[in-house]
Order: sequence, then structure tokens, then C-alpha cells
Amino acid sequence: MTGLLAAARWARGLSAWTVAAGAIAAALLVPIAGVLSSLATPRGELWAHLWQTQLPGLILNTVLLLLGVGAGTLVLGTGLAYLVVAWRFPGRAVFDWLLILPLAIPAYVIGFAFLGLLDFSGPIQTAFRHWAGPGARLPELRSYGGVVLVMTLVFYPYVYLLARAAFREQTAATLETARALGLSGRGAFVAVTLPMARPSLVAGVSLAMMEALADFGTVATFGYRTLTEAIYRVWLGMFDRAAATQLASLLLLFAFAVLTLERGLRGRARFVQTHRRGPGVPAGTLRGWRAAIATAICTAVIAAAFVVPVAQLLVWALAEGSLALRFAGLLVNTLTLAGLAAAGVAIPALVLAYAVRLHPSPGVRLATRLAVMGYALPGSVIAVGILIPVAIVDHAVLRLADAMLGRRLGLVLTGSVGALLFAYVVRFIAVGVHTVEASLAKIPSSLDDAARSLGAGITGTLGRVHLPLMRGGVLTALVLVFVETMKEMPATLLLRPFGFDTLAVAVWEAASESLWGQAAIPALAIVGAGLLPVFVAIRLSVRAPVRRQVP
Amino acid sequence: MLTRTRTRVIGFAFLAGLLVVGLLVPSITPAQRLEVVVYSARHYGEEATFQAFTRKTGIEVKTLTGQTGELFERLKAEGDRTPADVLLTVDAGNLWNAARAGLLARTDSPELDASIPANLRDPEHRWVGLTVRARTIMYNTKKVKPAELSTYEALGDPKWKGRLCLRTSGYIYNQSLLATMIKRHGEARTEEIVRTWVANQPILINSDTKILEAIAAGQCDVGLTNHYYLARIVAKDANFPVAPFWANQATTGTHVNISGAGVTGHAKNRANAVKLLEYLASPEAQQTFADQAHEFPANPMAGASKLVTQWGRFKADDINVASAGEFQAAAVRLADRAGYK
Repeated sequence: MTGLLAAARWARGLSAWTVAAGAIAAALLVPIAGVLSSLATPRGELWAHLWQTQLPGLILNTVLLLLGVGAGTLVLGTGLAYLVVAWRFPGRAVFDWLLILPLAIPAYVIGFAFLGLLDFSGPIQTAFRHWAGPGARLPELRSYGGVVLVMTLVFYPYVYLLARAAFREQTAATLETARALGLSGRGAFVAVTLPMARPSLVAGVSLAMMEALADFGTVATFGYRTLTEAIYRVWLGMFDRAAATQLASLLLLFAFAVLTLERGLRGRARFVQTHRRGPGVPAGTLRGWRAAIATAICTAVIAAAFVVPVAQLLVWALAEGSLALRFAGLLVNTLTLAGLAAAGVAIPALVLAYAVRLHPSPGVRLATRLAVMGYALPGSVIAVGILIPVAIVDHAVLRLADAMLGRRLGLVLTGSVGALLFAYVVRFIAVGVHTVEASLAKIPSSLDDAARSLGAGITGTLGRVHLPLMRGGVLTALVLVFVETMKEMPATLLLRPFGFDTLAVAVWEAASESLWGQAAIPALAIVGAGLLPVFVAIRLSVRAPVRRQVP
Repeated sequence: MLTRTRTRVIGFAFLAGLLVVGLLVPSITPAQRLEVVVYSARHYGEEATFQAFTRKTGIEVKTLTGQTGELFERLKAEGDRTPADVLLTVDAGNLWNAARAGLLARTDSPELDASIPANLRDPEHRWVGLTVRARTIMYNTKKVKPAELSTYEALGDPKWKGRLCLRTSGYIYNQSLLATMIKRHGEARTEEIVRTWVANQPILINSDTKILEAIAAGQCDVGLTNHYYLARIVAKDANFPVAPFWANQATTGTHVNISGAGVTGHAKNRANAVKLLEYLASPEAQQTFADQAHEFPANPMAGASKLVTQWGRFKADDINVASAGEFQAAAVRLADRAGYK
């Protein structure tokens, strides 16, 4: 009888999670369904035109970009994380967090700073021509190589952050065992550390690839033509939003491929920690030229991805003459939205990831995979995809309200903070789900069984066993979403309430008119504000890696 | 354990607080009588005129900035409950498209008709041009003599092979230029012209300012940009070695585009909106536009900025700018076919 009751309670708990996850996924799928529904309006003739003129080339370019950015971020992000976690070398403690910072700079700003510096008319090429003669040329930055280089520098922190957390979460015991079995330090890394971190690495790389898919600003700046270019060309050039949305659903196909690949690479094998969490992979010490090279690599990456663009922003800001901080209000708005979005993403992400763990049925998996695809869509496409259903609900509710009150009301949801937050959640849920899932995957299910056999419910197991163990992953998710939201421009621009401008909006308003001096100051403010959550996360993740030891 | 619980409680309280504060931020402000709400895809040089308008009339101007395509969608989605009274945007094609979608209402104002020449207005009175920008040939003064230049069409001459800088065909002002060429020459002839441009292997650079810098640095010798980008550079650096050449003076005149505005179909403050447009078209506001942004005033009663005036008078194409919208989609397809990226 008690057993039956327990079973009933169990089933009730289970279904509550599944139902919550289903509801969240359904809400997140609304804009994506909107994009897909555009396929119902045939635009065959236009597609034929596109196919004959440019589509094959654009698809090829998009695939090449994905491959380049995927490989670049994987190598750079993993390599750097391995260096700072596994080895001691001069400057390591500082590089550990400095290497996260490029994340705080909008990609197109880094791209523009690079172009300003390395363009034909920029100082470096000009000096080079002085020295080597007027006919001398450096490699063209407006090229495939240039785009991949810039995107790798901007997006590697995803892989770096996740890899770093994964390496840290690994136990000393695991590695000691590997060494005792005769593997060298490097051998143990390849044979044990890397495979165990694979879910995190793959999650990070797939985030970077989805960012590359969604990007318009950087590829436009560099004149590299991808599918996003075709979307805007058809939308703004041919005034055909339906066809543009159809092209966007092609992007969804790519995103689906990336996500399927991610699941595939994550593998059936489950790598879990069977020992208690240790202080991370033990750091060996690099000496002599090896130490010098490690320091040089980290310095070069930070110089290229952070110091150079920030210095360029400073130069622009100073040339403008005034560093007047009329951005206090914008800063408050930006931080408020970023904080709300971080919380607003973390909670549903946790529910989705946890539902998959509790109930890994094909349906739940598919719903989660579809729900995170918003990350691969250009911000303005997803923003319009949210605006339209929100407005429909708004109008329907207001028609009722009008009838009851006998007077006409203005719109409530459209252009509200709530609608904007919804957009952020749709856009960034992938960041939360991937990060949380990667963390969750490393916790053995035997722990769940143990906790439940000791009488803990599902929520209790999550709160008292999983969450403490996933601390690093959840913090990473919060930081990523916070920083992403601060940089987010298209959805903010379209859905923000009246007078509720943010720093990213101020950057865009000036940058779109090529007024880089005016754009530089709010851009620097974003970078400065981005330091805040990074510091908080580092302090929290360093302070107490282990709260409760689980046998 | 105790501290941990406390930290957690504080953490949750903080998050909950943020949430409440965020959701309470008023999403809409109640309508007042003395205001006009502007959706603006133009964000340079209009604030001063808005402030002057408020001083004059007591009507407060509230703006929401955004990108053209997105503002258009917001206006459409908001439908008859939109707070917007005025849509202000750049490029005649965009205004034409907004009018076609029924987002702008007809405004019959003798004052506007008198202020703005007919070719810079919607023939059906749904929008009106406020500032004029010329898209013309820019050349390096050290390497090119003006006598070598003549028309847009002649940029396809093989002598410019490898010496020409262009924006991509995705850029709206190039699309409008091609659209008016289609109106003048027909599609077949325009496609031939564009093919000769492409045969010259133009260097594609996605910023007017960057094209001007490339011309100055010698990466290319000629290019096409809007005139005010050069004005902004020359205002800071008088020795900048690039000058404008007014294209097609012996034929159709230099291609011009506009920034302009219309009253929205569901304006709540319609009278104020019309007042604002009339003010923006008045010589006083037009002078501010011209002096601040180096654009040409649409109202002939106002003069161009001192700097721009130095470049001399020129004949502007007098085709109605609405044709930029009419033939824009055709222009994009034409560029696709001609291999102009």
C-alpha cells in the first residue's frame, strides 16, 4: 500500500516535470513555428531565381563558415582551457579569467576594429606600403580566412568556458588512475580528460556554430556572403518578408543538423564522475621555453581578441573629444534586462535539461532540440517571429477588454519588457540548456537512485544533490546569458518599450551611421559592465568547488 | 549550512525583486494630448529639429528608433492600436513600400505641397521627402582628372578595371540607383551596364566611409557614395584627397534619394503629426538638417551647408523618387543575374 502510494507520488512528480518542460518547449516553439509556417505561402518563382543566381554559393559559404568556426573555436577554446587548467606558467592566474573577456564585445565591433586596423587604408597596411613599396599587399582581411579568424576570436570563449568547467570538474583520482596505468600526462589528457569533457566541448562548439549561423553584422562587414545575407536581401531589398522567412527556415535546417551532430558526437557512452569531485586536474608546472610559449599564446589571444578592439574603441572615444557619461540610464536598463534574462533563461533551461534526464523519451528530446533552435536565427528574424504572435494575443485580449470597459485601450504586451524578455529566452535558451546539460551529464544516475532511496523527492534531489554539483555549469550559463543579453541588439531594438534604450541600442544607432566615435563610449560601457558577472562567477566558482561530498 | 541557506534566500529574493521591478516598468505610457509619436529609422541630425518644434508648439516629440524593416513590421503588427503617429525613414523605396502596405495615410497639406518639390513627394500624398542625398562618383584628386569622368554608365569603361570601389548590391542606396536606371533605360539596358561594372572587377566594401578611405589610400581611384559621408570627413580633414564628381550632368542628372516621413494610418495625434511634418519641411528646420547632417534640404527655400555648397551646383535627376520603390525588387534580381554581389 505504501509502495503504491510512493509509486503514485513518483508518477505525479514525473509528469509535473514533463508537463512543465512541455509547456516551456511549446512556448519557445511558437516563434519557430511562425518561421516554418511561412513555407505555406509558396514562392517557387523566387526560389528558382535564387537557386539559379546565388543560393548554391551561399549554402557552400555557410557550410565552410560553420566548419571553419567550429574547428577554430574547438582548437583555440579547448587548447587554452587545457593550458590554464592543467599547467602552471607565468600569468596563469590572470589568463584564467582574462580569456573570457572577448565575450563582452559585440562581434561586429571586433570585426570593425580589426578592419579599421588592418584594412588597406588602415595604419598597418599603410606602414607596410611605406616600407615595402606602394605595390605591396598584405593578405586581404575581407575574405573567408578573415571572417573565420574574427569569429574564432569572438566565439572561442564559449568552448573555453565550458571546457574549463569540464576540466575543473574532473577528479584527481581519475587522472591518477590513468597515470598509474602507465599513461603520460599528455597521454592521460588525450585518453581520459578529453573524452570525459566531450559533452562540454561539443556543447560549446555547437553554440559557436549557431552564433556563426545567426550572424549578420560580421559577415556583412567583411563582405562574406552567407544565408543571412540572402535573408536580408530578400526581406529589405525585394520587400518580401514571407520569402525571407522561408530562407530563414533553411537556417533552421542547418541548426538542426548542427544539433543532431552534437547529439551524435556526445555519444551514447555516458561519461560520469564516479569519484568525488576533486580540486580539478592537477596542474603540472611548465618551465623554460615551454612556459614562455604558453604565456605568449595566451597574451597573443587576449591582445588580438580584447586589447586591440578595446584600444581601438578608446582611440575612437578619445577622438570624439568627450567621454561624457550620459549613459547611466542606459546602463541601468541594460543591467536590469541582462539580470532578468539570465534568471529567465536559467530556470526554464534547468527544467528542460532536467526533464530530459528524468524522462529521456524521444518526444521530450525532440521538443528540447527544437526549442533551442532560436539561437541559430538572425536576431531580427526571431524578433519579428515573436512580435507577430505577441501582437495577435495582445489584440485578442484587448478586444475583449474593450468590450467590457467600453473604451479603447493601447497595446499592453507589444513593446513591453515581458515580450522582450520572452525574446531573450527564445534566443538564448540554447546557451542555458547546453551548458546545464553538459554539467548534468557528468553526474552519475546512481546518485539520483541513492538520493531517492534515501527519501528525497525529485525536487529535493535536484536541489540538494544535482544543483550543488552543477554549480559551475549553472554559473557559466548565467554569465553567458547575462553578457549575451547586454550585447543583444536586433530584438531589443524591435521589442523594447518606449524610451527604454540600452547600451547596445546606443552602439548600433551610432555605428549604423559610421559614427564610431559616438559608438565607442557605450561599447566600452558594455565591456566594463561585462566584467562584473565574469568576476562574480569567477569568485563564486573559485571559492567553494565542493560543498557536499558525495561518496 | 545556515549561511548557505541564507545566501540562497537572499539570492532568490534578489532575482524575484529584479523580476518584479522589470515587469512593473511601464510598457506603455498613457496618451497625452500634446504629443506626437515618431517611429524613426533615421537617427542622425533630427533631434535638434524635434526640440525646436517642441519649443515652438509645445507638442512633445517621442521617438522610437529602429531599423526600417523591423519598424515596418512593428507598425504592421500593432495595427490600429499603434502608438505611432509618424514614420520617419531613409530611402524612397522604404517609404514607397510602407505606403503600398497601407501603413501611411494620405495627408493633404497645401503647406507641404508648397514646400517640397513634386518629384520628392508621393504622387498620392502619403509621404514626403525631407532631406536629399546625392549618390555620386567620388574620385581621388591626385590620380583622376574630372575630365575622365562623365556618367554612372561610363564607370563600366575598361579604363576603370581594378580601380573602382562599390558597395554591395545588398545596399539600399545602390538598389535605388539601379531602380531609377531601370525606369530610365529599361531592364535589358541596365543589366548590360551593370555587367560592364562587374567586368571591371570592382572592390566591394560595405561602408560608404570605408570606400572614401579606400579611394584616399589608393586602393581604388573612383567609387560611388552618398555625398554627406565625404562632407563629414572633409569637415574634420580639409586636405582629404577625395572630391565628388556630379554624375550625368549632360544626361539625366545626378541620382538623388531622400529621407522622408509620412503620417501613419492609425495616428492618434493626427493633427500634431501633420504639424510636425509641416515644420520639418519649413525653411527653418530644413536649414538645421542641412547644416547638421550636410544633406541637401528638400525645400528649395533653404540652402545647403557651407561645405557642401563649395562643391558647386548640380543638376539632380528629376525623376520621381517613388520609382526607387517601384523597381527595387527588379533591381535586386537584375544585380543577381549580372553577378553584382
